[in-house]
Amino acid sequence: MQHVISVSNLSKTYASGFQALRNVNLEIRRGEIFALLGPNGAGKTTLISIICGIVNPSEGVVLADGHDIITEYRAARSRIGLVPQELTTDAFETVWATVSFSRGLFGKPANPGHIEKVLRDLSLWDKKDSKIMTLSGGMKRRVLIAKALSHEPQILFLDEPTAGVDVELRRDMWGVVRALRETGVTIILTTHYIEEAEQMADRIGVISKGEIILVEEKAELMRKLGRKQLTLQLQSPLDHVPAELAAYRLELAAEGSELVYSYDTQGERTGITALLKDLNAAGIRFKDLQTKQSSLEEIFVSLVRERR
Amino acid sequence: MNFRAVRAIYLFEMARTWRTLLQSIVSPVISTSLYFVVFGAAIGSRISEIDGVSYGAFIVPGLIMLMLLTQSISNASFGIYFPRFTGTIYELLSAPVSYFEIVLGYVGAAATKSIILGLIILATAGLFVPLEIAHPFWMLFFLLLTAATFSLFGFIIGIWAEGFEKLQLVPLLIVTPLTFLGGSFYSIDMLPPFWQTVTLFNPVVYLISGFRWSFYGIADVSIGASLAMTMLFLGICLAVVGWIFKTGYRLKS
Repeated sequence: MQHVISVSNLSKTYASGFQALRNVNLEIRRGEIFALLGPNGAGKTTLISIICGIVNPSEGVVLADGHDIITEYRAARSRIGLVPQELTTDAFETVWATVSFSRGLFGKPANPGHIEKVLRDLSLWDKKDSKIMTLSGGMKRRVLIAKALSHEPQILFLDEPTAGVDVELRRDMWGVVRALRETGVTIILTTHYIEEAEQMADRIGVISKGEIILVEEKAELMRKLGRKQLTLQLQSPLDHVPAELAAYRLELAAEGSELVYSYDTQGERTGITALLKDLNAAGIRFKDLQTKQSSLEEIFVSLVRERR
Repeated sequence: MNFRAVRAIYLFEMARTWRTLLQSIVSPVISTSLYFVVFGAAIGSRISEIDGVSYGAFIVPGLIMLMLLTQSISNASFGIYFPRFTGTIYELLSAPVSYFEIVLGYVGAAATKSIILGLIILATAGLFVPLEIAHPFWMLFFLLLTAATFSLFGFIIGIWAEGFEKLQLVPLLIVTPLTFLGGSFYSIDMLPPFWQTVTLFNPVVYLISGFRWSFYGIADVSIGASLAMTMLFLGICLAVVGWIFKTGYRLKS
């Protein structure tokens, strides 16, 4: 299968000497939602900016739908829509005018029907004749998305799409993004909200200090790195873990009223059966139990920390 | 060639003009009319004819040039500076457009606007003084060439400027003085010999002289020199714009 975006040996050193990207290799599959995670300054925006043509690469090759982004920039860029991180909008133009402008700029013939659909999908239709400067931040974000979708791109970059957007709007946007994926659009998003990646992404890439340190199916990543915790709520608190249970490396929590057991879901035996039997033998009774999978956020933090 | 993009940029810029009609068109027309009243009527009545042309009529080409230069520069520089300032330039850089198309859209719109202004001022002048245009084709040619050249120059300033202050710097400190001293209001024959020579280093002299020749058939310098100088400046501006886009100066890191 041909990849919709393929980045090979991409490096970027800014004039200041700062190396934002180091030998990045990345392939994005057609039709997937790919989440790029990384701390501030990791190179997420630089990577996106290079692919979209806003920043010149220092080294390396990027193909978008098989077209080199530099030698065949017209073919490459006309397939790409970009929603930038900053709320950079016109001020005095109307929503309709600015979205129609974007379509023209990307060389597509005027199509009021499509613009109307985009605006309706983003709940912007009521605002189509409003000047952009009169809109709220969340609405401006939607205008940026509408501009990016105006020219029917096959690849959509969303750089921190829901930063500074309230919860309700965020869920709306996830809905929009999912609907887009249904139509075959490949979506690459960067985010700080791990929840967002966890909810939406098919695959996840982690970038740190200009290097891609991991690319994995989300489910696989969760499985591979995910540890589970079993929490037992005790009937009567303990002041220490009994010696005969030391092998389980249990931890006491909630002032001795909870016992926490961590285990690897990948292991042959999770040891739960044995633990429960031994607890029973030690006369420790519990009134409730729950298990919890570590979130992507915890995985992410531990990954980035490991590299330091 | 992405004609739709050129059209989109052009119409976007022209829409900005119509939206700010008062500032874009009415105010330059009023200020030019004031020049007519003050220089043409009040002072002009005390100045005899210059080369057989009444003083009021003599200053018309210079005044149109003054407006053409300042308006071309300010339109084009603002047009490209504003997206840089707000950050919306990202869209232009990520769009499938060539640099030539970007320049064509912005410079075309800025030049169109200043040509419209020039023609309005010409019509307004017709209300104050009797006008004759000896070489209408050349008049339009100079109008077009100057508008295009100085819109290009404005585009360069708009890319170079890092703040609104710098945006005003060149038009205010260089272009306006050069135009006033370039024979808008006088024939350079009236100057002492030394200053006549100095004036020949002022490029605007050639623009105004050529333009005035197209009206009345009189010129301070030869029409060939006027054309050559205008073309030279156009060539320099084109080269600088080419360099800007080749290196990504102030646009792309």
